Amino acid sequence: MPVFYGTEVVSRLMLGTAQYPSPAILAQAFRRSGAGIATVSVRRETGEDRAGQDFWDLVAGLGVKILPNTAGCYSVREAVTTAQMARELFDTPWIKLEVIGEGDSLQPNPFELVDAARILVKDGFQVFPYCTEDLVLCDKLVEVGCEVLMPWGAPIGTGLGLNNVYGLRALRARFPDIPLVVDAGLGLPSQAAHAMELGYDAVLLNTAVAKAGDPAAMAEGFARAVEAGALAYTADPMAPRDMAAPSTPVLGKAFL
Amino acid sequence: MKINVNGTARDVTGPSLNDVLVELGHGVGRVATAVNETFVPAAARAEYLLQDGDRVEIVAPRQGG
Repeated sequence: MPVFYGTEVVSRLMLGTAQYPSPAILAQAFRRSGAGIATVSVRRETGEDRAGQDFWDLVAGLGVKILPNTAGCYSVREAVTTAQMARELFDTPWIKLEVIGEGDSLQPNPFELVDAARILVKDGFQVFPYCTEDLVLCDKLVEVGCEVLMPWGAPIGTGLGLNNVYGLRALRARFPDIPLVVDAGLGLPSQAAHAMELGYDAVLLNTAVAKAGDPAAMAEGFARAVEAGALAYTADPMAPRDMAAPSTPVLGKAFL
Repeated sequence: MKINVNGTARDVTGPSLNDVLVELGHGVGRVATAVNETFVPAAARAEYLLQDGDRVEIVAPRQGG
């Protein structure tokens, strides 16, 4: 199983906690997913209902590791302050660092991402950067102290799967010893299996499960897919070829 | 003292950040704070004196992806 900053997790599936039809369905989905990590956020506590406290009770009861994010941050300052608040709220040095650069695609801003990662690593954070599959960006993130990389499969919430398989494969080859997580853009278990077949260590997803008609069933579907894909990777898959090759022996065929 | 809390103008007594949290009902809640876009750790709230016009952010755990 993947090891992130010295901590081995129990599953290759990391699951978000947003957009579920109800807290009960969220809990069911986590149970059936077997996910070992839940992503969470920090948001303004407004009104009298103290929604954050109820949510904290729910998440604490899941029995999983918590990975807070800096979702929605567009600048280094925003992301760093959000991370500092998250560290205190969730009592963890882990931070899923998102620094968005463009609103339609929610594409990371690579420049601000590296700057924020550098600051946070120096401050003792263990940074999980949400990034693209750009090799140079990932080089810089590792250089400033990131020990995990989380390239997108496709833009957040699109369900488009792995948009750049070549780039993801190249990233795996470039960083054989860094845990790699496909984060965002997955819509189907087959896409998660594909990421595992490329040698990725884990996938992180949210919308594909939360917005499924039956989130708990979809969560289990993803759980099975990541295990199947990871097993296939370790089994050394055959090389694809263009021309057909009969699997049934030609020798001994009846002469008719 | 007139400050801004989570984007809303509030008239509070204060004077410390901790006093304001209690005044607004967050005394026992699991919250984190920032003032004027800078993080203020829980341990520093009692000694952090607010001033007119300060922008206070009070955040709590929430769903995320």
